[in-house]
Amino acid sequence: MERCGSAPLDDVPMVLAREGQHGPVIHAANRIARIEGIQPGSRVVDMRAICPELQVAYADEAGDHAALDRLVLWARRWCPWTVRDANNGLILDTTGADHLWGGEAEMLVEMETQLSLLGLTARLAVAPTWGAAWALARYGPVRSVCEPDEAYFKLGPLPVTGLRLDDPTVLLLRRLGLKTIGAVMDVPRLSLTRRFVKAELHANPLMRLDQVTGKLAEPVSSVDVKPVIRVQARLAEPIFDPTPYLPDLCEDLCEQLKEAGQGCRRLHLTVYKTDGDVSHIDVATSASTHDPAHLHSLFRDKVERINPGFGFDLITLAAGTVEDMQDKQTRLDGGSDNDLHLTKLIDRLSAKFGPHAVTRPVLHQSHLPERAETQIAALAEYPNKGAPLTKERPLRLLDHPEEVRVLFAVPEGPPAQFVWRRQTHRVARYAGPERIAPEWWKDRPGTRLRDYFKVEDQVGRRLWLYREGLHEDGRGGDPRWFVHGMFV
Amino acid sequence: MGSLRVFKTLTGQGKQPVTMPHTLSEAFLSPPTDASAVGFALSQLPPTNAPILWAQDRLSRKEAGRPALAGMPADRPIIMVDLSRAADVLWAMEDGLRCHALGAVIGEVWGDPPSLDFTATKRLAMRAEAADVSCWLIRRAASPDLSAARDRWRIASLPSTPHPYDPQAPGAPRWSLDLFRSRRSKPGQWVATYDGAADRVHLVASNGDRAVEPRDGAVWERATG
Repeated sequence: MERCGSAPLDDVPMVLAREGQHGPVIHAANRIARIEGIQPGSRVVDMRAICPELQVAYADEAGDHAALDRLVLWARRWCPWTVRDANNGLILDTTGADHLWGGEAEMLVEMETQLSLLGLTARLAVAPTWGAAWALARYGPVRSVCEPDEAYFKLGPLPVTGLRLDDPTVLLLRRLGLKTIGAVMDVPRLSLTRRFVKAELHANPLMRLDQVTGKLAEPVSSVDVKPVIRVQARLAEPIFDPTPYLPDLCEDLCEQLKEAGQGCRRLHLTVYKTDGDVSHIDVATSASTHDPAHLHSLFRDKVERINPGFGFDLITLAAGTVEDMQDKQTRLDGGSDNDLHLTKLIDRLSAKFGPHAVTRPVLHQSHLPERAETQIAALAEYPNKGAPLTKERPLRLLDHPEEVRVLFAVPEGPPAQFVWRRQTHRVARYAGPERIAPEWWKDRPGTRLRDYFKVEDQVGRRLWLYREGLHEDGRGGDPRWFVHGMFV
Repeated sequence: MGSLRVFKTLTGQGKQPVTMPHTLSEAFLSPPTDASAVGFALSQLPPTNAPILWAQDRLSRKEAGRPALAGMPADRPIIMVDLSRAADVLWAMEDGLRCHALGAVIGEVWGDPPSLDFTATKRLAMRAEAADVSCWLIRRAASPDLSAARDRWRIASLPSTPHPYDPQAPGAPRWSLDLFRSRRSKPGQWVATYDGAADRVHLVASNGDRAVEPRDGAVWERATG
């Protein structure tokens, strides 16, 4: 939906799909789609048969997880203990925090208001245990509040799916005639124990019931927020160039990083303009660092790209992707480290020319010359090397082989003369052919084989020519000739 | 050390240099698509395992291709910097020469860009000498104007030596080397034979023999006995 940029209409059945075993299955459905009878987990084609006007979009599950993780931290405004619950819920341990909002019911209203301001629809419930809150929020009345002693009455009428059981167990309970949580509660404990003694937690109604009633503990283990390392400069008057403030900001930031024993891989410079607009500059380093001079040098040519508008009065510099880092001294006299110099050089080059301009070619296992090399990041490790070639290879390769017009004595043999870049080269000596077949597991069918020749012309230029295809090989017309490289 | 080996041969008649510091050398190619200068520069680099910083501008890459790892004489890491303008190539080379961890810096510049003037080459030369990193500037389709490069070469391919086993095939490559300006040794011209397996350059002075007189070898002048 974010890609569309607008919320879906309420009166159109809309579902999110994910890849299942036999084609896409329904991941989630909106209210009107659920009323039409569409169930999550069923196949999209089947549901299209039920509801022909169904609209399908693909679910972004990783994005949903990340958004929910952010929401977990955002929900810390109500209580200090928050945690994500599976992939569609939040659990807040509000013990001792509700009086700040004037009671539990008022707290729920406040939460729903704030979440709706974010554009989110929420179903909320307060209960003494995680399991009870889970069931009440999904199957109970709106904003229900459950006191510790009324769990039986509040939860009794809810369906057994509210016990967080897997589908086979729910089906089993239905077949046993146990349709509500209250019905399961009424079964003698001994019978349930005997029936489900070997079942896991997600298939064991008794353990789930104990979690709901609090006999089995289910604590909320809250995640820690990483402290944000950020410095800012508030200016008395709007300025147009942040350059004079950058060295101090970098030093302050590196002080904070050093105190935490960390180094940063990314830096985000943000300027807040007086007209309310915001500009960003991001730089990245190839190894974690907390060297202020180096970090400052990465911004050297980028600051000019800020459009100052009417000037800006607040500059913030934040460290992103913070890693643990320890200062290493490699030499007794405290001299410089060569590897460190290399990483800094790569950073400077990548910051100025972009990360794609600085690469490291490595050998790759392929016989085709253009695939025998791959580009990796300049400082990346590359353990497995390609097999060493025994054949002679040219020192330079053209990115795109250039077609030449040739004269040949025999069609299978080397050319006698060829015209390349409007110059006629007479072949004095040649070596070859070396036949390189297409990689059938990768190439399209109909790709022609190549016969490579090393030729030397009358003035001593040594070129690598190839003929694509054979005469009468049934894969196109006459074979074509290309120049692919130059030998030393 | 690669540079020492050649210059020992070069300066045989003059003063023998004790140590030859790494510095900026410039190589001009007569047909721009020739790969001989790159091969010669690679054979002159110190035989360490340190990475090579290799900067190319766009035209060099389009016209003369990129260096292929499979054809390199020695297996050493290369950091490729693909740039569009000659000024950026010079910037990257100069920045790379601040780093002692590099084994060499090679830059390829097409034509005579205005940014590649005497000042730029002087800066490169001084940085290379300060960092003791050898630096090669490979210039294609260029005219040898004013430059502060310590050695300036003009390099072209010659027909290769006969192949030992196959009379039709080209053998070991031969280059004509013309050191037309040098700060530290005597300029001269050589014919070099490159031994790819041993990564070694053999040099012969090209002015050893003069051309044979057309009358020489005629029947009535042939020496007898």
